[in-house]
Amino acid sequence: MELTFYIAAAVAILSTVMVITRYNMIHALLYLVVSFLAVAVVFFTLGAPFMAALEVIIYAGAIVVLIIFVIMMLNMTQEDVQREKEWLQPATWVGPAILSAVLLAELVYIVVAADTPAAGAVVAVDAKFVGLALFGPYILGVQLSGILLTAGIVGAYHLGRQKKKVIHRFLQERSAAA
Amino acid sequence: MENLLWLIPALPFLGATLLVLFGTRLSKTLAAVIGVGSVGVSALITLLLGIGFLSARPAFYHQEVWQWFSVADFNPSIAFHLDALSMVFIFVITFVGFLIHLYATAYMADEPDFSRFFACMNLFVGSMLVLVMADNLLLLYLGWEGVGLCSYLLIGFWYKEPANGYAARKAFIITRVGDTAMAIGLFMLFQLFGTLNIQTILAEAPEAWAVGSQMAVIVALLLLGGAVGKSGQLPLQTWLPDAMAGPTPVSALIHAATMVTAGVYLIARMYVVFELAPVAQLTVAIVGAVTLLLAGFSALTQYDLKRVLAYSTISQIGYMFLALGVGAWSAGIFHFMIHAFFKALLFLCAGAIILTLHHEQDMRQMGGLRKSMPVVFWTFLIGAASLAALPLITAGFYSKDQILWYTLAGPGGNVWLYAAGLAGAFITSIYTFRMVFMTFYGESKTHVSHPPGKRITVPLIILAILSVVGGFIELPHNFGHVVLFSDLLAPVLPGITAGKILAANEWLFQLLAALFSLGGVFVAYLFYLKSPSLLRSVKRSGTAMALHRFWHTGWGFDALYNTLFVQPYVYLSNINKRDVIDSFYTGLARVAEGFHVMFSQTQNGILRNYVMGIVVGAIMILTISLLL
Amino acid sequence: MSTTVSMEAALLLAGILFMLGLISVLIRRNIIFMLISVEIMLNATGLAFIVAGTRWVQPDGQIMFIFILTMAAAEVSVGLALILQIYHQLKTLDSDAANFMKG
Repeated sequence: MELTFYIAAAVAILSTVMVITRYNMIHALLYLVVSFLAVAVVFFTLGAPFMAALEVIIYAGAIVVLIIFVIMMLNMTQEDVQREKEWLQPATWVGPAILSAVLLAELVYIVVAADTPAAGAVVAVDAKFVGLALFGPYILGVQLSGILLTAGIVGAYHLGRQKKKVIHRFLQERSAAA
Repeated sequence: MENLLWLIPALPFLGATLLVLFGTRLSKTLAAVIGVGSVGVSALITLLLGIGFLSARPAFYHQEVWQWFSVADFNPSIAFHLDALSMVFIFVITFVGFLIHLYATAYMADEPDFSRFFACMNLFVGSMLVLVMADNLLLLYLGWEGVGLCSYLLIGFWYKEPANGYAARKAFIITRVGDTAMAIGLFMLFQLFGTLNIQTILAEAPEAWAVGSQMAVIVALLLLGGAVGKSGQLPLQTWLPDAMAGPTPVSALIHAATMVTAGVYLIARMYVVFELAPVAQLTVAIVGAVTLLLAGFSALTQYDLKRVLAYSTISQIGYMFLALGVGAWSAGIFHFMIHAFFKALLFLCAGAIILTLHHEQDMRQMGGLRKSMPVVFWTFLIGAASLAALPLITAGFYSKDQILWYTLAGPGGNVWLYAAGLAGAFITSIYTFRMVFMTFYGESKTHVSHPPGKRITVPLIILAILSVVGGFIELPHNFGHVVLFSDLLAPVLPGITAGKILAANEWLFQLLAALFSLGGVFVAYLFYLKSPSLLRSVKRSGTAMALHRFWHTGWGFDALYNTLFVQPYVYLSNINKRDVIDSFYTGLARVAEGFHVMFSQTQNGILRNYVMGIVVGAIMILTISLLL
Repeated sequence: MSTTVSMEAALLLAGILFMLGLISVLIRRNIIFMLISVEIMLNATGLAFIVAGTRWVQPDGQIMFIFILTMAAAEVSVGLALILQIYHQLKTLDSDAANFMKG
């Protein structure tokens, strides 16, 4: 099992690196699916099989598919890929990468330096306990999540509507003058 | 009866508030009704209270309206304390105030800012009433500053003339010098007694201080500083002649009858402190004596009718200070009351003349008004007689004679002070009748437009009557011996007894005083009516003219203060033109501006930069928490 | 399932994934890529919660993951709607183009 974890972790990191370096969005999304699947395996090794299932269904399934739909609607072409390549010059990414590396180093230091007791055997926390807790002490959170999702649906519908492009009258005058 | 106390100052304040809030929308009639009515009702309540007070003879009325504020041990309240001394003052303030208000409705009739004038006047009356009725020194100080403010507002009433604004500022700033001294005196009193309640201080002071103790002298001198500033005495007298820039009713009410006597009230109110400090009390007397002489000589040389009266006011208040200084408390207050009558009368007459002559104030342009303005002439003559203390018939004689008598014969008496007072009386009658002769006799030089109306003459007549009969409530021992006034004040202020040897010869000194004042009238008659050539020959001599100029400018005090204080100050402020201290703060502002420019650069709408900011912040926080 | 997985290693994995997502947010100009990167970061955070939940054998970690999942779903739907609007208004996916802060 330990080996499984390390292999899955390696796959996850690799595929994520691939995601962030792709120029073509569809390629990046395919790697993203791989990354999510690898993380799902990690969940499984950590004794959270239910979460692994959710990860596959929602992240790898729903969210990525949603993004792909949008990309299809936007009608990406080879030009866009080319432009993506122009945007991603080493000059652009070296600075942020260094900063993030510093941050990562600090996180690593925190994790390693923390006096954590030796890990025992992984004990699975199965879905039953999660469900009991979810609808017990966390019931308020569940309800809030419901509201959030509703708001998301309404918001997405409202924002996504194809409206006639409205320009404020002041801007209109200016563009007319220009 | 006691419960009505608060109404007396509250009504004028109410009037002022109404006039300030709705002044521009009110018609002149309505504004006049509010302005005069509030003071009039106040006067009626005063009358009611006075009748009750005189018949029941309580020690005092007291009313606590509310607790003003409470800071640690300091709990001053808005409370009114009315005893005989305050009674005299509120009587004068409300009645004379009412008459002057009534007069002002006619005097200011053509004024566009009619309601502003009455708002200020009402505010003044309210503040003055608070001053004299205050139960504690803090409330008194509130009234004190309130009247100072109103004085400033009203001197500068015609603010479009820069000179008037200058006079207003001068009055405000010079009195502020005295007020600062007084404030320090109040701090010291609070420090020593833990309270500012007047009665408590008066009761505790004799136990706390021995006679002549250093603290008593310091406190008394500081209080004297406030009194000197407000009352226009040496060395802070220079503002009062310039204060005549205000409308004449203002000069009559504020700069003659009431506000300028606030200093007299303060000293009389705190008499225990002054009795414990004989040095300070002697200072009061000397200040009074010197001031009355200086101002008298200056009055001799003025041509502006109102300026003569202003210097005369300074001089007469000098008499009050002299009386207070020698311990003749009741005589000082008596002279205050009589002076309020005749000086208000003189100012109002002067106002009537000025109004009739189209705002001509120079006496050299007047003359021969005796025929054209008979009412004004007779009333002015009565006021002048009272001011000059013509014997037997005028109130001024009785009040001034009392002061002179106690200055010589009282326990604090002194031949030099008496001589100064006597000389002052002589000068007073000279300048008074110089004024009468120059204005009303001789040939007329300016056209008289229209005779003054009823609202002007009625107050004049009432005040003229008061200027005569007012004196009969207090007559000397050897001459009727009426002591109504000193009896009234006896519970509040200690009495005074004359030395035995002199007392036998009191009539001699009365005769002397009478002769001096009659002599003054004669001199004035000689120079200004009988043989003006004599005057011209005097004026031909160089020294006389130099002296004349010197006195005309008020003994050069303005020039002296200008070189001593104003010019060094201007010099210093010129040095500090760029404001050295402020440069630090401007520097701070510059730095803040720099940061503003810097940070607004970051607000560029590029999302990745914001995220970068978050990352840098996270790194910094993590680093700091790791290092600590 | 009675194996031992090093918690440090699992947390490190979460950290590395989070950093990769962060780098991507910082270097990409394409809004869709930024959205994807945010998803990566959210996922990494969820992983950290799962690790903690496993370490203490408590369901709370997994519950937090469910909440994060819900949030991510709502966020991505609204975010995509916004992207569509931006694309319609600006005819580009360049996030730097949307810098004039006017509606």
